[in-house]
Amino acid sequence: MAQPPPAVQAQPAAELQPVIRLVSVTKTYGTGEAAVHALRGVSLDVVERDYVAIMGASGSGKSTMMNIIGCLDVPTEGQFLIDGIDTSSLDEQQLAVVRNRKIGFVFQAFNLIPRMTALANVELPLSYAGLRAAERRRRAEAALHLVGLGERMAAQPRQLSGGQQQRVAVARALVTAPALILADEPTGNLDTRASGDLMGVFDRLNAVGRTIVLITHEADVAAHAKRVIGVQDGQIVADRRVTEPGALPPLLGRPAVQR
Amino acid sequence: MSPVEIFRFALAGLAANKLRSALTTLGILIGVGSVILLVAVGNGSSQSVQNAISSLGANSITVLHTEGSAAPTSSSTTAFAEPQDLTTADAQALAQAQGVSSVSPAVSTSETLSYGASSDTASLTGTDPSYFAAEDDTLSAGAYFTTQEVNKAQDVMVIGSEAASDLFGTANPVGKSVLVAGVPFTVVGVLATKGASGLSSADNTAVAPLTTVQDALTGFGTLDDVVVLAKSAALVDTVEGEITSILDLRHHETAADADFEVLSASTLLSTASSTAHTFTVLLGAVAAISLLVGGIGITNIMLVTVTERTREIGIRKAIGATPGVILAQFLTEATLLSMIGGALGVLAGIIGTQFTIVGVKPVTVPLSIPLAFGVSALIGLFFGGFPANRAAGMRPADALRYE
Repeated sequence: MAQPPPAVQAQPAAELQPVIRLVSVTKTYGTGEAAVHALRGVSLDVVERDYVAIMGASGSGKSTMMNIIGCLDVPTEGQFLIDGIDTSSLDEQQLAVVRNRKIGFVFQAFNLIPRMTALANVELPLSYAGLRAAERRRRAEAALHLVGLGERMAAQPRQLSGGQQQRVAVARALVTAPALILADEPTGNLDTRASGDLMGVFDRLNAVGRTIVLITHEADVAAHAKRVIGVQDGQIVADRRVTEPGALPPLLGRPAVQR
Repeated sequence: MSPVEIFRFALAGLAANKLRSALTTLGILIGVGSVILLVAVGNGSSQSVQNAISSLGANSITVLHTEGSAAPTSSSTTAFAEPQDLTTADAQALAQAQGVSSVSPAVSTSETLSYGASSDTASLTGTDPSYFAAEDDTLSAGAYFTTQEVNKAQDVMVIGSEAASDLFGTANPVGKSVLVAGVPFTVVGVLATKGASGLSSADNTAVAPLTTVQDALTGFGTLDDVVVLAKSAALVDTVEGEITSILDLRHHETAADADFEVLSASTLLSTASSTAHTFTVLLGAVAAISLLVGGIGITNIMLVTVTERTREIGIRKAIGATPGVILAQFLTEATLLSMIGGALGVLAGIIGTQFTIVGVKPVTVPLSIPLAFGVSALIGLFFGGFPANRAAGMRPADALRYE
């Protein structure tokens, strides 16, 4: 096993608690000759209210990082904590509960469930959390209003544009009031205008206190973040602080990005 | 996550592919339907056999003359007696027994009957008029011969419907003269058709007075059988016992070397019903195999569904569905498929039993309905278990990557 290199540590503001903490995390797929070292010792803290972009080319290990941060996969070595919970000791059942309570996912491919209305899709995580129907509906409607889709709640995914689908996904991610919103290439399947709208939604969510981690390879998407982390060959190679975690996002209120 | 929610998800999952769900359901429908229907057919045919046997005369008991133990064993000859003939005196003794309504001594022989150019080989029975009642015979023309005619040994006979048509065609046989071994018999009556019983036709017969047949054909040796009519069906067992003890006494025999055999409709019935039971079980087993095939169909289609919805499973897991919830959802889908199929199968089976199938009127066995339906529900759980388990065990990161 490769020795973890010296960690590039961020310096979070003292009063803010870390939402995620990676300590010398490695991830290896396969064994022996065929082993692939996707992560080679990554240490990283992300504090609450921060807005972090993780950048890297394909094959850099950023998807593996996203899987570990999202509790979809567990590290081979090292420790991963989310909201103070050490995930290494959790079984699949407990990981599912952590994903439900602590994380809101936004995927590149939207990943809404077909043949379910926008409202039903947004209610889904609340169903798994065991909330009653009336409460689910109230919260899901509020989340859809927040992303500007109050009028399209009864639409099925195929009746919505890509930008609208992704905003439904954002509503689904934030409806459980998670500790972290984790977005994997959220603008990857969107045109410039829809991308700009979506990033505006993320900026506003961060401005009201949501912690966001974005995984992207686009610099203009990363420009919305307060902190930009570069990943290459399974290691963190750059860590640039743009604004303090407690401050407002740098591009809040600006018109849509130009490409 | 409440069961109601899981049920809702499962229903939505089935509704997403209605044709496939319907075809899978069809497999179970056919299985359950055929279990109910075939068991009903087996049961129906068993009942029709039983009805046929009891129509032969539920109250009648036949005493057959047998050879008994032919040779004396070397040493222990104390209880041994020579086999004796079954005589008219035996028959008269039996008539004294309790619960006996009538006793008809009979001799039987196979004779060629001829009328003009046509002839027919039929079984000829010589007996008393009470024989007709004991055999449940009815007349289609003419009359039975009388006791007086028996006492006078007159040459009269009653013929079966098949013998009548063979000899006389459509003409009325009553009053005509039939030659049997050179002796002319006058036909006084024709019996109504009884149908086949076993291998031989019950209609290719001729019945004449005992005295006449003994005189002209068989001689005054042993009787072949004595037909005893009990006063009611409930008394048959008692009367059988009395017959055995009376004849044992008269012939100085013991049960081990009896020179006679007592047969009743109930003896025949128990043999027939055990045969019919085997038949029903066999039909049920064939149907159960089709139910099993339907169950495998569920496994197959649920595996396809789980593979096809891998990505959806990944999404559900990512947003917090536990393995248990995913398992429950897919198990519920499989069980719903099989239970809907089961319910429709019960309906189809019940409708099917309203029709006559290959000459058998099916009679539904009530127990077969809850049994077939219950088994179909279990089949959903059992055959849906493997695919549902596969879905629950998927790793969310892999499932999300699945295209």
